[in-house]
Amino acid sequence: MKKYTYTEKKDTRSGFGAGLAELGRTNDKVVALCADLTPSLKMAEFIKENPERFFQIGIAEANMMGIAAGLTIGGYIPFTGTFANFSTGRVYDQIRQSIAYSGKNVKICASHAGVTLGEDGATHQILEDIGLMKMLPGMTVINPCDYNQTKAATIAIAAHEGPVYLRFGRPSIPIFTPADQKFEIGKAVMFNEGTDVTIIATGHLVWEAIQAGEVLAEKGISAEIINIHTIKPLDEEAIITSAAKTGCVVTCEEHNYLGGLGESVAGLLATKLPTPLEFVATMDTFGESGTPAQLMEKYGLSSSAIIEKAEKVIARKN
Amino acid sequence: MSNKQQLNDLVVQVRRDIVRMVHKVNSGHPGGSLGCTEFLAALYNEIMEVKDEFKMDGIGEDLFFLSNGHISPVFYSVLSRKGYFPVEELSTFRLINSRLQGHPTTHEGLPGIRIASGSLGQGMSVALGAAEAKKLNKDSHLVYTLHGDGELQEGQNWEAIMYAGSKKIDNLISTVDYNGQQIDGSTKEVMDMGDLKAKFEAFGWDVLDIEKGNDLEAIIEGMNAAKAKTGKGKPVCVLLHTVMGNGVDFMMGTHEWHGKAPNDAQLESALAQNPETLGDY
Repeated sequence: MKKYTYTEKKDTRSGFGAGLAELGRTNDKVVALCADLTPSLKMAEFIKENPERFFQIGIAEANMMGIAAGLTIGGYIPFTGTFANFSTGRVYDQIRQSIAYSGKNVKICASHAGVTLGEDGATHQILEDIGLMKMLPGMTVINPCDYNQTKAATIAIAAHEGPVYLRFGRPSIPIFTPADQKFEIGKAVMFNEGTDVTIIATGHLVWEAIQAGEVLAEKGISAEIINIHTIKPLDEEAIITSAAKTGCVVTCEEHNYLGGLGESVAGLLATKLPTPLEFVATMDTFGESGTPAQLMEKYGLSSSAIIEKAEKVIARKN
Repeated sequence: MSNKQQLNDLVVQVRRDIVRMVHKVNSGHPGGSLGCTEFLAALYNEIMEVKDEFKMDGIGEDLFFLSNGHISPVFYSVLSRKGYFPVEELSTFRLINSRLQGHPTTHEGLPGIRIASGSLGQGMSVALGAAEAKKLNKDSHLVYTLHGDGELQEGQNWEAIMYAGSKKIDNLISTVDYNGQQIDGSTKEVMDMGDLKAKFEAFGWDVLDIEKGNDLEAIIEGMNAAKAKTGKGKPVCVLLHTVMGNGVDFMMGTHEWHGKAPNDAQLESALAQNPETLGDY
């Protein structure tokens, strides 16, 4: 098992803020919108440096999505910022008609995704957003794994023509990818080559997968660990190649297993290469108040859950 | 189009287009379309400054967003007769593989359309974004919208109306098709919105009424007055008092023809009331 270390922990939303600030300096077509959550979205640097290119919408997310769509018509690249719940479910119809169906170049940037938002509880902890967004024709869906990858993804999506959903979160997590990594939309990242089981992870569960991989290695199990940061379009080739090699798959995400990365992988494998698969995901439930670590444990999202599912899926191989 | 007769001819021809399009596929929305025919004909030919060639970014020209997308027949007819696409294409309205979808869309690349509309209440927000982009681009052209009065029951409108007033979006003229009708009856019966003028004014808008919303001269005079109010720190609202189904006697002043097509005899009657002027498609 390849060794991964880190020297610093940071929240992925700060990666978004840093990426947005850099875009503010390098691309004068980038504009930002926020629905009264600029500190949470770490937008201060962009706003300070580009006040004329920032639009404070107030607590009116539906209007924000429409204004973003309209800004594209004048040639701008709008980045909207609010929590994942208010970026998707609250404004699904506005995104569907004014952005996705209209083919508008809007970047929907969503913080505080999943249960690790923590103490605020289930009203704010959306676990359905990936599903909502990936079902929209033409929508690209990205869920980066750490600060550096989130920053790189933020910068990369500005150069991509078309609507994008970029998902990140609140908790501080290790920075384990290089700062100079190139972010390629739709391209899987191999973290460890292995032969016994494929672990496909998105978001900060990649770090949990790496930790699980180390424990599995001690048990003599060789895990292939793949980061799917782009849930749509899915890197089908990387997934099929790995599943063909190991013969079994575990998917890991902070999202409902219905509609998430796991469902996309299951659909792919069912049609191209039927392979035993286990989900590390929330099981059709709402979240609740608690600390991020407590919630990860209770809802089966931590490395221990990944180890358990890996052993289970290996046992299912013929 | 400086000739009054030409504009009048266009209006009559657009009415013919509307009833023929809707009759052919036995679906669509003739009532609201007919009610806004004079407005859209005047807007595109007397009020707005638009370029001959359609470009999505609309830089250096006025923009129009149709929020109540179900009145697509009048929109398609006016756009085609303005030259955005061939008038023959009106014969494909609501048919499979057509660019003239039931409700307007950019998806099929139909020139003249910059946003999909149909799910109500979204057009003003989009127009605000386009208006903000014009300000960033230092483009002094205006952004126009049209909304149904019943459509204002959608809450997103009031988010947009609040934003426009608060942020002084003074390059926007939003027109409300004030016909007092919606699917389930009169707007008063369904959800009385009270004094719309007072509501817009309370949100920081400059509001004017066009009492004769189906009279070309009144529309042109009123819209020019609206234009004169732009650039003064306030968005402008026009309450356009129209008669639903205008120009076809049996469709006038009732919500019955909101989303209903005429039968063969009714079509004949409607066409007889509006003799061919510019040539049928």
